[in-house]
Amino acid sequence: MTRRTSPTSWGLYPSIQQRNLPLHQVADPLPTLAEPVLAFGNGRSYGDVCLNEDGDVLLTRGLDRFIAFDPATGILRAEAGVLLSEILALVVPQGWFLAVTPGTQFVTLGGAIANDVHGKNHHVAGSFAEHVRAFELLRSDGTRLCCGPEQNETWFRATVGGLGLTGLITWVEIQLQRIANPWIVAENRRFSNLDEFFALNDDYEARYPYTVSWIDCATAGRTLGRGIYMAGTHAPPGALIPAASPRRSLTIPLTPPISLVNTLSVRGFNWLYYHLPRPTRALTPYPAFFYPLDHLLEWNRLYGRRGFFQYQCVIPPASAHEALREILSRIAASGQGSMLAVLKRFGTRTSGGLLSFPRPGVTLALDFPNLGQKTRALLDRLDEVIRQADGAVYPAKDARMHGDSFRHYFPQWSQFTHFIDPHFSSSFWRRVMAE
Amino acid sequence: MRNILILGATSAIAEATARRFAAAGARFYLVGRNADKLAAIAHDLEIRSSQAVYSESLDLDLLDQHPALLSRAEKALGGIDVALIAHGVLPDQQACQQSVPMTLAAIHTNALSVISLATLLANSFETRGQGVVVAIGSVAGDRGRASNYVYGAAKGMVGLFLQGLRNRLAGKNIQIVTIKPGFVDTPMTAAFEKKGLLWAQPDQIAQGIVTAVERRRDVIYLPWFWRWIMLVILHIPEGIFKRTKL
Ligand SMILES: Cc1cc2nc3c(=O)[nH]c(=O)nc-3n(C[C@H](O)[C@H](O)[C@H](O)COP(=O)(O)OP(=O)(O)OC[C@H]3O[C@@H](n4cnc5c(N)ncnc54)[C@H](O)[C@@H]3O)c2cc1C
Ligand SMILES: NC(=O)c1ccc[n+]([C@@H]2O[C@H](COP(=O)([O-])OP(=O)(O)OC[C@H]3O[C@@H](n4cnc5c(N)ncnc54)[C@H](OP(=O)(O)O)[C@@H]3O)[C@@H](O)[C@H]2O)c1
Repeated sequence: MTRRTSPTSWGLYPSIQQRNLPLHQVADPLPTLAEPVLAFGNGRSYGDVCLNEDGDVLLTRGLDRFIAFDPATGILRAEAGVLLSEILALVVPQGWFLAVTPGTQFVTLGGAIANDVHGKNHHVAGSFAEHVRAFELLRSDGTRLCCGPEQNETWFRATVGGLGLTGLITWVEIQLQRIANPWIVAENRRFSNLDEFFALNDDYEARYPYTVSWIDCATAGRTLGRGIYMAGTHAPPGALIPAASPRRSLTIPLTPPISLVNTLSVRGFNWLYYHLPRPTRALTPYPAFFYPLDHLLEWNRLYGRRGFFQYQCVIPPASAHEALREILSRIAASGQGSMLAVLKRFGTRTSGGLLSFPRPGVTLALDFPNLGQKTRALLDRLDEVIRQADGAVYPAKDARMHGDSFRHYFPQWSQFTHFIDPHFSSSFWRRVMAE
Repeated sequence: MRNILILGATSAIAEATARRFAAAGARFYLVGRNADKLAAIAHDLEIRSSQAVYSESLDLDLLDQHPALLSRAEKALGGIDVALIAHGVLPDQQACQQSVPMTLAAIHTNALSVISLATLLANSFETRGQGVVVAIGSVAGDRGRASNYVYGAAKGMVGLFLQGLRNRLAGKNIQIVTIKPGFVDTPMTAAFEKKGLLWAQPDQIAQGIVTAVERRRDVIYLPWFWRWIMLVILHIPEGIFKRTKL
């Protein structure tokens, strides 16, 4: 039980020491806690929200049982360490789908709540927590609170997006959505700059529940913000299904000493990705549509041992256009392009989580190989723009934002502190509260 | 392979194995001594298999309960196709050395109760003319070592007993499978430092068990490389082996 290892988050940065305490039964009390603890789901957060340097982490993957599922209503209750992929494997054949899913299916229910994750349908469905009917919160004093939108709702709103700091979520009950078909009707459209994106977006959002765009961060000037718009909807019943060719997963077997993602490969990739011919409208298996990266297992290793930074921000509608332009120009000027830049407009629904990230506006997600100070300086420059625009940066993907920025982005943080469990803490929290 | 009885169903390896059988639509009768754990696993398997799951909590150390237990299971399932015997304890070797009762208790749970169950199951399968008995032994049962010979002796007895049973029932459409796992990351081994290539996850063992049943294997090491490790260990002359600290 007492082993020191260094599990990492998805960004492979920071690399730290913490002690692992595997959990197996939801009914068990928490192990005796000598040091601050934190729940660790599947480590799909990029930065340090799931890390607890020099402390203990409660590994929740052993809490992986289904508790109840009603195929008539689509209400599912399961232990908090169950992966979304496991839920999909169970419910898709029975005509149900997750109401909200992030861009990887390898996250746990507990992790999805603690970051109040969002998906391509935010503009119609809001974030994950809006479809959570209830969960149980286990506090270090042994109290078990059943929380929901109408029960212990202050604890519900603190724990949703609460970065694991309010205690351990043991089980979760969610509402699924009905689907008639496991396939997705997907549509792709190129756009050659940001203005075109906004024009397309109004049209597509009205017609499709799932929308997202990839943009090329390596270009500037007239083609600044060119990219590909991708929209989709669950296929109707009886849509003609192409014969499936089973997709095989590929695993990156080792971490190269240096990043294979560099200026040259980013430029090349972006050019190719933009120009690659693709069907405008096609039936797509749902994993390929929602989880294109899951196909390449452990792709994060491509960034080498120093790892990488993710940066996801949201900018309120009023300043979106201008701030986006500024951000893309600052990135292009820095020469540190991002391979996977993703743009989406959030809708106006909010889950009410005190620290939930999604809010009305445009969200942009980027990743940068860790080049040390040079990369941090660029991200600090991006933060200037976001603060000016009254936006926010996503803690689930952060390993470097400054404490004053965090408090600016999440003004309800001081109210939130009342709900933190006295025995819980995280590397992220100590970092943003230190300054 | 539709009706499956699992003895020690709360074991991590057994649970992972049950999930794989559940995906193929199996029906279960689960037996374990902890009622809460057992209920959680039964609900989970019901959802995964879309079938009713029977369960019963019983301490399998109670040998005199075995005959009635097996007839309840047979009745509920309407015949048992596969019985998986998975329960076990890893006793504290140092403590056992100083305590005969502790040593015998570990041998009772790990060997005698398994032998009791295997005998009753085999006889009932013999009458019916079909059935599969799978029991989890261990690589620790292949050679006695200072660090865990109480556990190892019990597992070794199980291995030898099943070998005889297999010999007795050969040609009768009854399959006796001995599973010999190496190090597996489960609650049983919570006290170990789990680093390195020798550690397997319960689901890897589960996959091996399902394959062993499908392919009608007799004895199988899991993961496979343990077969070769044990081959080497078994060939070290005793004069040398007794001085090693493995
Ligand atoms: C390829 C990829 C694509 C992604 N796409 C998206 C996306 O589209 N939208 C989005 O919102 N996010 C996205 N993410 C981020 C990811 O969805 C979140 O970081 C998610 O929270 C990770 O869940 P996890 O189970 O791995 O939790 P971890 O990363 O292990 O932990 C996340 C947080 O949850 C807490 N936690 C975990 N389990 C519990 C529990 N049982 N009780 C209390 N607290 C708990 C942890 O303490 C931590 O604070 C993506 C990540 C990847 C790698
Ligand atoms: N883990 C390894 O490295 C390893 C290696 C080789 C072989 N094995 C063998 O694999 C099998 C499964 O073990 P595991 O690794 O899955 O560990 P585990 O999760 O600890 O499972 C052992 C299970 O046996 C149950 N049990 C013990 N005594 C019992 C009794 N008298 N009556 C009913 N149930 C009883 C325990 O119940 P409770 O939960 O109520 O205690 C526990 O659920 C065991 O036979 C073990 O010896 C394990």
